[in-house]
Amino acid sequence: MSRIGSALGGLRGRRLPQPSTWPPQHGNDALVGPSGMSASDLVNEAMAGLFARPGRMGLTVLGTVIGLAALVATLGLSRTAGNRVVGRFDALAATEIRVSRATTGTTGGGAVPWDAPARLERLNGVVAAGNVSTVDVGALQVSTSPISDPAHQTEFTFSVQAASPGLYRAVRSTLRSGRYPDEGHSIRADRVAVLGVSTAAKLGISQLNQLPAIRIGDQVYVVIGILDSVARQPELLSAVIIPEGTARKEFRLTGPEFVLTETKIGATNLIARQIPLALRPESPTSLKVAAPPQPQRARELAKNDLNLLFLMLGGVSLLVGAIGIANVTLVSVMERTGEIGLRRALGAGRRHIALQFLLESAAMGFVGGILGASLGTLVVVGVSAYQSWTPVLDPLVPFAAPVVGALVGLVSGTYPALRAAGMEPVEALRSGT
Amino acid sequence: MPDGGRHPMIELRAVGRRFGTDPPVDALLDVTVEVRPGDWLAIVGPSGSGKSTLLNVLGLLDAPTAGTYRLDGIDVAGLSDAQRAGLRSRAIGFIFQSFHLIAHRSVLENVALSDVYRKSPRRHRSERAAAALAKVGLSERADFLPTRLSGGERQRAAIARAIMGEPHVLLCDEPTGNLDSRTTGAIMDLFADLHRGGLTVVMITHDAEVAERASRQVRIVDGRLTEFR
Repeated sequence: MSRIGSALGGLRGRRLPQPSTWPPQHGNDALVGPSGMSASDLVNEAMAGLFARPGRMGLTVLGTVIGLAALVATLGLSRTAGNRVVGRFDALAATEIRVSRATTGTTGGGAVPWDAPARLERLNGVVAAGNVSTVDVGALQVSTSPISDPAHQTEFTFSVQAASPGLYRAVRSTLRSGRYPDEGHSIRADRVAVLGVSTAAKLGISQLNQLPAIRIGDQVYVVIGILDSVARQPELLSAVIIPEGTARKEFRLTGPEFVLTETKIGATNLIARQIPLALRPESPTSLKVAAPPQPQRARELAKNDLNLLFLMLGGVSLLVGAIGIANVTLVSVMERTGEIGLRRALGAGRRHIALQFLLESAAMGFVGGILGASLGTLVVVGVSAYQSWTPVLDPLVPFAAPVVGALVGLVSGTYPALRAAGMEPVEALRSGT
Repeated sequence: MPDGGRHPMIELRAVGRRFGTDPPVDALLDVTVEVRPGDWLAIVGPSGSGKSTLLNVLGLLDAPTAGTYRLDGIDVAGLSDAQRAGLRSRAIGFIFQSFHLIAHRSVLENVALSDVYRKSPRRHRSERAAAALAKVGLSERADFLPTRLSGGERQRAAIARAIMGEPHVLLCDEPTGNLDSRTTGAIMDLFADLHRGGLTVVMITHDAEVAERASRQVRIVDGRLTEFR
């Protein structure tokens, strides 16, 4: 059992130089020597003092509980929110780059070169790239039959899009049936088309084994595929998509409207910087590169928005809690003046009195910390459950809270403990009962 | 326990205690007294005569400003605050007029408290506290809170606390001041028993009947001590 040694040994202790005649001639060494207190006795006395008034203790720790709960909840919720933002961005937007002609560009058509996808796919970190352009078809309408049926609508106005073969991978499309056009279709300017799923439904085309054909104006196109879904460019689902080469030949497409690139996660920053030089080394500024907002920035934004207010709130609550502990401990010291006098008469040194009151206030802070950490964690989990987020909490936070609470208690208990230790036993015995 | 009277248990030589400076007040002046082991000394005197100051000096709660005080042969002037506390815990048992029991601790815990500052192990502490309670005839109240005890029982509990550590000297400050006459008689019988058992007792009182029970009386008036009987 360790003895409470000289932790506060110098506390107002009068250490007089011992006279040369000491020890006295009668020799009674066992009687002289400072009093002592075992650690378990100290804890026992402090706990007994603390639980003498459990109601008061409960109210006293409330401030610390609220303060630490606010701090734990703030740290947990900001981490949770930050994590959520990043998670949403990672899925799609954070891997997408669109390159188009700069609106202030000087050169005419063709700011994006035809071979942009091929050039981009050579860059490390690019998963897929494809050109896409809206084809100007004038007033031409799309129909399945050369005969106009007055009873049913057979002619529709659809958006006609020109796509390079890589686009389908870049938009993560899936096919309902058929196939994607390849490089050969584009080079030969074949009249083939891929229909979006809603286009196909409107035109009444559901399967491809009969080699269905559509007309754009008077030109016949063979439908070779029907798109089921796309992760990007949802307008493709309600469009007629023809190969780029076909659009150049039939509709005089002068250049790709933009090139869509899918990158590996985390590579967008680098690729976005490389693209202008890869596509237009002679005039990089003629291109507009649209990269997604950075996920890290999103995390910091979330942090800044949420944290400051709540951290301040938690800090203020903690301060109020500390003042509460200091106040109540001081009142307790005054109330227990008689007890302090008695303890001194029984042999308690000043340091024993100080340590007992310090331990009482530190224990109050510690208990407040445990309750606050529990409450804060519950808030994080509760809010996350309500918002369908994944709760994220640094495991260090709830474990540090009781330590912080104990430190708060220790600091707030210092002045009352010193007051208690400084009492003269004679005065304490006289004024207290 | 005291050793057969090789030296006085308490030895005051020209002890004075002066308070303040402007003007200084002498609560004790040139007090010389000896208490042999096994003595029972009663200090009588009117209020404000310096009785309490004398008891505080004897109990190492206050330090004299003049003279020498030897407790069981030890010159206490050379001791540090902590050493005086240690000596208090081992050599002195205090009995107060207002009992000074801690209200929210049981009688047994109150008695055992005297052991806490003595560096003694906790083992057998309750047994020793129970034995002390048995000595004062309060065994059946061990688990009570002091608030449920009568005045006489409270003082018995306080006496049990004082004698649990087998002190060299028992210092009593108006031990019957808060008790009625019947209870006072019973408590004084208890002190007489302890005294017969060899305990040195020093008692402050203003009650002549209580003082009569002591083996020796001194009177203190205006800080000066006179042998009374």
